[in-house]
Amino acid sequence: MPPGAARHPTTVVDISDLTVRRGGRDVIPNLTLAIPAGQVVGLLGPSGCGKSTLIRSIVGTQRTRGGTVTVLGRPAGTRSLRHRIGYVTQAPSVYDDLTIVQNVRYFCRILGSSRGDIPRVVETTGLEPVQDRLVGTLSGGERSRLSLAVALLGRPELLVLDEPTVGVDPLLRRRLWEMFHDLADAGSSLLVSSHVMDEAGRCDRIVLMRDGGVLADDSPGALLTTTGAADVEAAFVALVGASASGRGSSQDASP
Amino acid sequence: MNARRTLATTARVLTQIRHDPRTIALLVVVPCFLIGLVAWIFSNGRAFQTIGPAMIAVFPFIVMFTVTSVITLRERRSGTLERLLALPLAKADFIVGYALAFALLAAIQVTAAVSFAVWVCGLTISGDVLLFFAAALTDAVLGTSLGLLVSAFATSEFQAVQFLPALVFPQILLGGLFLPRAQLPDVLHAVGDWLPLTHTMDAISAVAADSHGTGWVLDELAVAAAYAVGALLLGALTLRRRTP
Repeated sequence: MPPGAARHPTTVVDISDLTVRRGGRDVIPNLTLAIPAGQVVGLLGPSGCGKSTLIRSIVGTQRTRGGTVTVLGRPAGTRSLRHRIGYVTQAPSVYDDLTIVQNVRYFCRILGSSRGDIPRVVETTGLEPVQDRLVGTLSGGERSRLSLAVALLGRPELLVLDEPTVGVDPLLRRRLWEMFHDLADAGSSLLVSSHVMDEAGRCDRIVLMRDGGVLADDSPGALLTTTGAADVEAAFVALVGASASGRGSSQDASP
Repeated sequence: MNARRTLATTARVLTQIRHDPRTIALLVVVPCFLIGLVAWIFSNGRAFQTIGPAMIAVFPFIVMFTVTSVITLRERRSGTLERLLALPLAKADFIVGYALAFALLAAIQVTAAVSFAVWVCGLTISGDVLLFFAAALTDAVLGTSLGLLVSAFATSEFQAVQFLPALVFPQILLGGLFLPRAQLPDVLHAVGDWLPLTHTMDAISAVAADSHGTGWVLDELAVAAAYAVGALLLGALTLRRRTP
């Protein structure tokens, strides 16, 4: 690939040769990836494959060892990007000893967005019935929706969501995915991670990760066609098998 | 730094604490209880007149140090700090916002402790009472700043609590609680000169006994305030937007 080929005007994230070392090993050895604008991109892979580390590298909270990460045309972690990215960490990062509205209001003041944004994000995430309850008394699903509500403040251009649908009931999960597509239709770009393979069908594009590398990066339909698999989980297994046999006979000989 | 974000952080911390009435009660009642206990122990004699002021220096300092380090550590561990640092929040907004909130709590606590010592336990303050309040408040704010700083070096609440005997008790001993500083061995006296708490303890005792001029007391408080600001600056430096 010629240099700059990934620098398509319609990409929001450009990653080249990213290396991240954590706890004495390269959890992301050498990763190159482009995330298109205006789509819902699913980042799928088993637990521990490096999804969160990749997400933290994009948001700019991860110390990296090599390579470049460009987000919305600027190096990841640049000060001006902090207004433009909505980030939901894997564990809901909200204050247990505040109510829902108090949480949202605080982050709203930090972002400097208008107060009218508070009811909007509370409503979008379906939290109005419990909006004056202390977060410590809420269920896990409600807490993660609050974390999501905070990320929606100020209508960020890029939303990076680390496992936002964990512990959410199926009806609400469907509503959240519809909301992700509404946001994409309104012009936002979304990167949504999940370790549940059956969420792949709800994405415009999926990035399959394994052992800190990209196994596949395609639309769900194209992925099934090229692998001949019936679903994404089967496609994942087929791709892992193909990459293992492709590494040579020494790999095949191991028990 | 930005005043709106700093004050929003202060308001948020105070709202959190308002939802925890037991912590507020402990903040106000515990120093009064301990000062009352000491006054009772020394009720036969005049020793309370010298130990009482030192108590007002020590207890709010300990309580503010502990409360601050644990609450700040909770923020570091819960993921909210990572989220905040990915937002347009300056590190100074965060640290100063916390410091202001705790300074307000310290003011409430010191008012209760000093009032209790003077009007209930009969502590005599020979110097200016307002100056005494100012010295006690500086002392409590110093405890807050040091608590904010050490929370950066603790990875669990257990460690944060251990910093109390490790970092605070030596300062109390060398600050002259059990043996007046003048009677300490030369080396320990010299070490004490460099410890933050010594300066507020000396200032508080000096105002209570009216043994030094106002200028001298203000100099001591200025040194203590410099330590507090230094601890806050160091605390801000320990906040990392990018973590391994």
